[in-house]
Amino acid sequence: MKRINIGYFIKEGFLSVFSHGLMSFAAVCMIVACLLIMGSFSLLAMNVDENLKKLEDDNEFLAYIDENYTDAQIQDLIARVKAVDNVDADSVKFVTREEAKAVYLEGREEDGLYANMPDEVFRDRLSIHVVDLTRFNETVEAVEALPGVDGHRAEGELAEGFVAVRNAVTALAWVLVAILAAVSLFIIANTIRLATFTRREEIAIMKMCGATDGFVRGPFIVEGLILGLVGALVAFFLQWAVYGAVCRAIIGSGALTLFQLLEFKDIWSRVLGVFLAAGAAIGAVGSGFAIRRFLQV
Amino acid sequence: MIRLIDVYKEYDNGTKALKGIDLRIEDGEFVFLVGPSGSGKSTIVKLLTAESTASKGRVIVNGYNLNNIRRWQIPHMRRTLGVIFQDFRLIEKKTVQGNLEFAMRTIGASGREMGKRIPYVLDLVGLNGKAEAYPNEMSGGEQQRVAIARALVNNPRMIIADEPTGNLDPKRSLEIMTLLERINSMGTTVLVVTHEKDLVNRFSKRVVAIKDGELVRDGQGGYYRV
Repeated sequence: MKRINIGYFIKEGFLSVFSHGLMSFAAVCMIVACLLIMGSFSLLAMNVDENLKKLEDDNEFLAYIDENYTDAQIQDLIARVKAVDNVDADSVKFVTREEAKAVYLEGREEDGLYANMPDEVFRDRLSIHVVDLTRFNETVEAVEALPGVDGHRAEGELAEGFVAVRNAVTALAWVLVAILAAVSLFIIANTIRLATFTRREEIAIMKMCGATDGFVRGPFIVEGLILGLVGALVAFFLQWAVYGAVCRAIIGSGALTLFQLLEFKDIWSRVLGVFLAAGAAIGAVGSGFAIRRFLQV
Repeated sequence: MIRLIDVYKEYDNGTKALKGIDLRIEDGEFVFLVGPSGSGKSTIVKLLTAESTASKGRVIVNGYNLNNIRRWQIPHMRRTLGVIFQDFRLIEKKTVQGNLEFAMRTIGASGREMGKRIPYVLDLVGLNGKAEAYPNEMSGGEQQRVAIARALVNNPRMIIADEPTGNLDPKRSLEIMTLLERINSMGTTVLVVTHEKDLVNRFSKRVVAIKDGELVRDGQGGYYRV
């Protein structure tokens, strides 16, 4: 593409934004509304995902050690457990029956029922975390199959539940974002098509003079890009304000104490990047669709 | 150069607009294409400008076979043509200069090329000093001269004028036709589609007549007779 054309496209694109002020305003409003809705759903999904990740990190299972094992054999067993696929080797921790009892009795000191509980009620155990939660059950089975492991305690259903919720939230977020992106594209395309309709005569003249489709399309794409980027910036600042207000309201009310909210300062660059990319794509692709019909001359 | 070889055109609604047209126009010729309303004149113009395709037969314009022309080749073919319409089709919000620059930009002309070419073409069509005027400040005859200037500004091999005097009084019509004759004398092929009998008879040019989609007459130095 010639340099002269790029300069012409940019100039014509900017001129067109201002010469069709009302249409431009309508298109920017549509982009802002769509991005705000998409952004809000994405932020909700990010928060849910982040909190589920934290819950997953807390998930562990216990492997009980054969009562007859000596200290040397226990060390050998720890080494073999660490070597099992999907076991987080750094997380494997030996817990004696005395330590297990102490942990159990924490907070129950006042209850006389447990005062004379013998250590033998508890068993030596290994506390183990897995790397990939989706393979939780097979990892538990692999550890249990090792000689020296005598039973286990694992919340397999809970682990499966975390995975299912995460997958569902991620899938729902993607579906919603895809639907909203398609709706945005449709609205933007129609808004720009209305603006283009008044200029169909110009397009016909250009085509009759020998303009290529790319040359005719260029200024419209630039116009769409400008509208998309302006809409993205406005939506970003509004999203910032809305997210901040919602977070303050949640924290102030004391609700969802277990739920940790992501701070906007930690994610603003990601949000801005996604908004700019989505705004530019919606604007440019929407313009491309809008003008297609008028190129058939 | 134009070649129409046994060309038929039938529209989707079943109307048979052209029925086996054979026509050959050489480079440098001046030809009137005449016929009553609905005879198929505009259909021929649409075929020549690749706005439409023939149902049957071959259409060749300035070396481009329009039967199997690729979409990306159409702009290049159109750059060999200058098209003039009855309703001028000027951009009202642009000046005369702006309208001509608009046409030159579409083919990627530089500012320097525009600066050289536009004054020359305006002088050729007799619009010296009108570069900054807007179309709605001009008479119909002047607007058609701007349209001719726009058609000429990219230096085409052929001018196709579709009823160029349809909106003009007889005096202005004669001026426009004289201007087209002058352009032809400089080497550009000119095809004028019209149904104005008096005007055609004043110029001793080749006249091709069509009626009901069929070519009924083709004569040199002729006059309007269908």
